[in-house]
Amino acid sequence: MRLLNRRQTALGIFAGAAVFLFITAIVGSAALALVLTATGSTQSQSPFFDSYIWRVARFTLFQAVASTLLSVIPAIAFARAIARRPEFPGRRLLIQLLAVPLGLPPIVVALGIIEIWGRQGLLNDLLLSLGLAKPVSIYGLSGILLAHVFFNLPLAARLLLARLEEIPSEYWRNAGQLGLTQRQTFLLIEWPQIRGQIPGVAGLVLMLCVTSFTLVLLLGGGPRATTIEVAIYQSLRFDFDPLRAVVLALVQLAMTGALLAVLALVGRPQEEEPVYGRASRRYGRDSVGALLGDYGLIVIGGVFLLSPLLSVTAAGLASDLVRLAGEDIVLRAAVTSLVIGMVAALISVTMAAVLIKARSACLPLMRHSNVATAFRSAVGAISSLILLVPPIVLGAGWFVLLRGHTDIFGLAPVIIVAVNALMALPFVMRVMEPAHASHMARTGRLSASLGLTGARKFLLVDWPGLRTAFFLAAAFAMALSLGDLGAIALFGSQDVITLPYLLLQRMSSYRTDDAAGIALILGLVCLILMIIANSGRKPSAGGQ
Amino acid sequence: MTAGSDIVLEKVRFDYGSAPMLFDVTLSGGVTTAIIGPSGSGKSTILNLIAGFEIPDSGRILIGGDDVTSLSPAERPVTMVFQDNNLFAHLPVRRNVSIGLDRKIHRGASGSIVDDALERVGLSGYADRKPGMLSGGERQRVALARVLVRRRPVLLLDEPFAALGPGLRGDMLALIRALQQETGMTVAVVTHQPDEAEQFADEFVFVDRRSIAGQGSAAGFAGRRDIPGLQAYMGEKDR
Repeated sequence: MRLLNRRQTALGIFAGAAVFLFITAIVGSAALALVLTATGSTQSQSPFFDSYIWRVARFTLFQAVASTLLSVIPAIAFARAIARRPEFPGRRLLIQLLAVPLGLPPIVVALGIIEIWGRQGLLNDLLLSLGLAKPVSIYGLSGILLAHVFFNLPLAARLLLARLEEIPSEYWRNAGQLGLTQRQTFLLIEWPQIRGQIPGVAGLVLMLCVTSFTLVLLLGGGPRATTIEVAIYQSLRFDFDPLRAVVLALVQLAMTGALLAVLALVGRPQEEEPVYGRASRRYGRDSVGALLGDYGLIVIGGVFLLSPLLSVTAAGLASDLVRLAGEDIVLRAAVTSLVIGMVAALISVTMAAVLIKARSACLPLMRHSNVATAFRSAVGAISSLILLVPPIVLGAGWFVLLRGHTDIFGLAPVIIVAVNALMALPFVMRVMEPAHASHMARTGRLSASLGLTGARKFLLVDWPGLRTAFFLAAAFAMALSLGDLGAIALFGSQDVITLPYLLLQRMSSYRTDDAAGIALILGLVCLILMIIANSGRKPSAGGQ
Repeated sequence: MTAGSDIVLEKVRFDYGSAPMLFDVTLSGGVTTAIIGPSGSGKSTILNLIAGFEIPDSGRILIGGDDVTSLSPAERPVTMVFQDNNLFAHLPVRRNVSIGLDRKIHRGASGSIVDDALERVGLSGYADRKPGMLSGGERQRVALARVLVRRRPVLLLDEPFAALGPGLRGDMLALIRALQQETGMTVAVVTHQPDEAEQFADEFVFVDRRSIAGQGSAAGFAGRRDIPGLQAYMGEKDR
């Protein structure tokens, strides 16, 4: 069906092609620079060089697989416990809490984890007072795993819980009527329901852990426990060894490429639907063991999730917030962060809007034109292209490309905005595209038959219908950019400082009080953005 | 199969939180009772109370003379069939039926019992299909096959065929009628089609405003003028 006139169609496709080429150019030139630098180098590669890269790559994969297993398997039990208890107090809050880690800057969470599990943390205090001789150190593999589980267990649990809550209530009545045991219920109802979701969830978590930078940087333990992304950063910023960074970046590209291919095979987890915490009642006899087991899991999970958040808040409140807020550099970092975040979010959302429009303009042409079909799917694949090149790799590419030609650190703001806008794009598209599709289904024909076009159509029809999705996507993109440490770690300097970068500096110089204060501010801003985003989501979903 | 268990709701009070319901009624054993009434009057709640999915605030529920008020759904001599989702979608038909068998009693012999049941509902040869490959009517037949192997004296049906076309619905009702007469079980059906119910039900119960407004033999029930609200409901149906 043709809902746009000829001029609109041409314009839409043209703009989409321009954005598409722009993104491809940014990502492509970075990748090209990496490849050319690697092949163009005549420097002989020592066995030490090879073994280092091999070791880092192996550790990257190993920690990612371990993190995935430790996140997804407990998430099954955790999600099941929540699903089985539809009526415990605070259930809704707990489900909302599951969404919090992903919206928080990793550096804030890392700080919280150190406050609880670190050398001077709550847990060690407890162990020492119980008579343990030496404090337990989490730096290294255990710290990385702990942080990855903190981020990904709730994500996996949320995705699985959404599937469990889709089970029709008649299933539970039938189960009650047939007198199924707990084991039978799991094997016959719950497991088949989530089984299909698990490969996608595990793939997603694996991808996040393979490309994880901040958590490994802060919680890894030096060269023994380091991932490719952190090694790239160290090569560029500390060892001044661009060649090693380039080889590492190519290894990372190969790894994420292979992972994305596997993900495409197993399928993405079903789109996350808002979880409202309306579980079906279960029938039949409940055993005391099951009751204790479920509540035990819920309490342990809740404490595990809440403790770092509470400790960040407590430490932040205990710090000298007034002095911090008055500090010049803090203010500057805050303003820089907000400006970069807003610009990146605006660019990201605009690019997404143009791409989505171009995709929908292609629809009526697809019957006659293979070019339109190919273009539409190419634009759809742009998200995968971006996921293929994590921010650090993209940054490394531009780093070697610009090095020697211009003042890299002078260009820093531009590059950081571009990297942040690009890395938010896949998520922004995922919010905006379904919203646009349902908006078009509702209003497209009516607008076309009334002859509404241009500004009038935008103001009367499109903006009111799409602004919720727009704000949700923008808030999400901005939170992502605000918390990002990847691009700024490569390009940051005394002239360009963002809040996460300042936080990193204060942590490295052991000014933990300052770090706690900054973390609280940063975490609060991101949390508020996520709350705004989520409050925009509910009415639109509930109204349909 | 023990035939003819009366179902008694003895001053059963139940409150969803919106408005209290009060049911005091006996459904005769060994016959089919159609439960009719406006939406929201509490028809389905009566079945849920009998099956044990809802627990009364006060009053007693007796089936065949035994007090079942405090029993869990699995412990009651009842099978309930819903409008949809009676089958586990990932299990083949055979397993969906055999799940109704008590494994301790039917060890080894379950195959032939299931095949018999499937034959009686007209689904021989369907045992290895998944529910997704069946039509809506066929899925409800599988649910009835499970009713047969469970051999519970009471069958409750909550608008079981509302989603089916008229012809198919007629066939299904005839099948239920046949099964009821063959086994002698007590059947209660919630339905929105009083005219149709007259064909297969022996008795009618009219539920209005959250309590039992009238009860009687199926023949001529729809025309009765002594039951308050019934004519309004029937008229509303016709328009």
